[in-house]
Amino acid sequence: MIGDWIDVGALAEIPARGARTIKTGNGEEIAVFRTGANKVYALVNRCPHKHGPLSQGIVHGEAVACPLHNWRISLATGEALGEDRGCVPTIPVRVDAGRVLISRVAMLATAAAAAA
Amino acid sequence: MLSPTLREHLVVIGNGMAGCRAVEELLARDPGRFSVTIFGAEPYVNYNRIMLSPVLAGEKSFDDIVINGPEWYRDNAIELISSDPVTAIDRAAKTVKSQSGRTVSYDRLLIATGSDPFIIPVPGKDLPGVISFRDMKDVDHMLTAAEAGGDAVVIGGGLLGLEAAHGLSLRGMKVTVIHLMPTLMERQLDEAAGWLLKTELERRGQTILTGADTAEIIGEGKVEGVRLKDGRTIPASLVVMAVGIRPSVALAREAGLAVGRGIQVDDHMVTSDPAVLAVGECVEHDGNVYGLVAPLWEMCRALADGLVDKPSGYRGSVTSTKLKVSGIDVFSAGDFSGGDGAEDIVLRDASRGVYKRVVVRDDRIVGAVLYGDTADGSWYFDLLKKDEDIGSIRDVLIFGQAFAQGGGQADPKAAVAALSDDAEICGCNGVSKGKVVASIEGGACTLDAVRATCKASASCGSCTGLVEQLLAVTLGDEYEGERAVKTLCKCSSFTHDDVRREIVAQGMKSIPEVMQKLHWSTPDGCSSCRPALNYYLLCANPGDYVDDQQSRFVNERLHANIQKDGTYSVVPRMWGGLTNPRELRAIADVVEKYDAPMVKVTGGQRLDIFGIKKEDLPAVWADLNAAGMVSGHAYGKALRTVKTCVGSEWCRFGTQDSTGLGVKIEQMTWGSWMPHKFKIAVSGCPRNCAEATIKDFGVVCVDSGYELHVAGNGGIKVRATDLLCRVATERQAMDYCAAFTQLYREEAWYLERTAPWVERVGIDYVRQRIVDDEVGREALTSRFLFSQSFSQDDPWAARAGGADREQHAHLGEFRPIEMLAAE
Repeated sequence: MIGDWIDVGALAEIPARGARTIKTGNGEEIAVFRTGANKVYALVNRCPHKHGPLSQGIVHGEAVACPLHNWRISLATGEALGEDRGCVPTIPVRVDAGRVLISRVAMLATAAAAAA
Repeated sequence: MLSPTLREHLVVIGNGMAGCRAVEELLARDPGRFSVTIFGAEPYVNYNRIMLSPVLAGEKSFDDIVINGPEWYRDNAIELISSDPVTAIDRAAKTVKSQSGRTVSYDRLLIATGSDPFIIPVPGKDLPGVISFRDMKDVDHMLTAAEAGGDAVVIGGGLLGLEAAHGLSLRGMKVTVIHLMPTLMERQLDEAAGWLLKTELERRGQTILTGADTAEIIGEGKVEGVRLKDGRTIPASLVVMAVGIRPSVALAREAGLAVGRGIQVDDHMVTSDPAVLAVGECVEHDGNVYGLVAPLWEMCRALADGLVDKPSGYRGSVTSTKLKVSGIDVFSAGDFSGGDGAEDIVLRDASRGVYKRVVVRDDRIVGAVLYGDTADGSWYFDLLKKDEDIGSIRDVLIFGQAFAQGGGQADPKAAVAALSDDAEICGCNGVSKGKVVASIEGGACTLDAVRATCKASASCGSCTGLVEQLLAVTLGDEYEGERAVKTLCKCSSFTHDDVRREIVAQGMKSIPEVMQKLHWSTPDGCSSCRPALNYYLLCANPGDYVDDQQSRFVNERLHANIQKDGTYSVVPRMWGGLTNPRELRAIADVVEKYDAPMVKVTGGQRLDIFGIKKEDLPAVWADLNAAGMVSGHAYGKALRTVKTCVGSEWCRFGTQDSTGLGVKIEQMTWGSWMPHKFKIAVSGCPRNCAEATIKDFGVVCVDSGYELHVAGNGGIKVRATDLLCRVATERQAMDYCAAFTQLYREEAWYLERTAPWVERVGIDYVRQRIVDDEVGREALTSRFLFSQSFSQDDPWAARAGGADREQHAHLGEFRPIEMLAAE
């Protein structure tokens, strides 16, 4: 587990055009998305609008539509798209040999921010 | 020139494409610099490994694919030691040792060991008849197996696997491809192109199983078949494992060289030991490993430049891929996954089976996927590699090089104006530009008028844009565009009605198929069209369609209602609003056990349990199932409730058994997916205590029988029902209810309630279909009941039993305290 990257599971465990979540222990969750083109992104699982769980939204292209009020959030930047304004933190993530790896530093920061 | 004895000795491990190419590059620069020895594991001269597929397919012979024959080694005084792989490197002594025991010393060593096929660690992987697809030996093995005929299974639907499958299929074997991912070649192709490829391979007789996970390879003494994790077994006398390759690094690792995913090299292909170089698929450069041939040429150039002391440096490669399956043109290059600021330009031509997608960021091409027409692949790839600004040709880029550079018509209207009069505009109806212009000049000044007079754009609709441009060009300022009818969403130029009609007419079976055939302008739709298409396909193909969970809104995917805090509410079905002590006890137990903060009686005569966590849902459902309760579908575009009053059994005013009828109707209709939510009520007398006249379908019992009401709504815009008709028997009431429900299911637009739908089509139309047309009504009823025979499985029971577990479980948990402590 120790290293710059944490192995959080296999890519195959995340449905294409879907997401899975990781609990950080302090109430905050991280949503790991997989697009139709098999690109992987991680965001804090909380819409900047009314804190909807983005992991449950419909993923299309490189965006997710929040399940609560249909805000569209860019998976790459965490920014709200279109007319809406707001941003959710992104977490560096990469895939190596079919495993999803998340930046340890960013995970710690996310957990710490939630605790604060 | 140095005499041979004074030259430095270069030893090359690997007689493949990379090793020999490196030597060629070196000879071209300074033929007298090194004396060269090449070790090869295979008993052959240098051949072109990527052409093994055409050899397997019978399109080429081995001789055709030899790159350098024996004379090349002889003429350049290269010593070839074949069939004798190197087994160890001694860096201190600067020697290598081979399998046969030979020891050779070197001044410079070049490792070009390529890659090894990845063998998935399943039981039976070592059985005779299980092979990889990497070298000539594998091809010989496949050719021998194919002579005997029978069944072959290829595990892996990537480039290599599909080429193997194609070859075996041409050689007469019955081939099944097993692919773990949902779409073929997912690393090179997007979903749309992957679907086209799958369709074409199936048309050619291969069986393609996507989303299929191999559990084991079975057989006694030799391979007999493959068993999947879902229990299916596929017979096979030959299994080709082509799931991927791994850089071959064992030799380098044992020699103590720096190895990551591959042998780590600098820009001059030098490893952590300055005397040792490495090139090809076995190396890792700047964090990247490559499994394609183009980077290899670039690496070999940098390597040779470095070896002759004119260092240039390798800067990494952008790669493109082509599938070598004759008659199927597939091209992919760069990054087609979109991303920040990326825009997709998509062209789909269903009649020619063409899909083209170019991904543009900041006016530069960053990726491309082409299917069916790859003629412009090299042009796009060239623009991509050169990082050229395509801003000035952006509008016509997708039409290809000939069009985009044809006289600098950057304006699509100008491009259309420049087309000759006999250029074909509408492929379906064979209408030329001249004919379209003639009908416009003859007075057809709208899209519909053009369609009516010359039939252009009247069939598949893919030329609608061109026809509109011709209208604009011909009429000038008089034409301001139209499309008054709302399209399904911004991804499509088709209306809901068009899409529904075409799905049925063309027998479409999947979302990617609809998107391709109806020319979607986005690669995988949006949150508006995907749920709509999923429903339309489900409705058109009862029992046959595989529901796409990722195209469902959250509530339908999790079979519960999401609340503002991210928890869910759970509503079990109470048939006709009836309940009993057992159900109430189970609900009470669930509320206590899962600490639900609130329980509420709903407007639909049932109980709503609030504050349930996503991960607790399956357990909650299991408890409710145990008391005999099923999902209430309170979350779905589906039949919600059948509200009843107590009726003639108890009420002194009741005229019929409204409760009993309500229960029967709910048992008939529950579980059905609809364009939008659908509520029913049955009142026992005209006092209408069940409020049947503001429901989607309402029954008001009277002395003489049953009044049937439709299209009421108690929501944002209150609307009282229209009276559909009166019937005499309970049976009729139920049959008419089924027929009306099915008519709504088949003809309304997704997310359109019955009230706006009936206002749009008119109650007279509905009466004509349900009341006047007896045969039509019976057909609607039986179609509804047929569809229901597939939809009345309780989704909660399936989830409680473990189905779709990933929808509820976290991928993982991260405990920072333990992490820090462990540091």
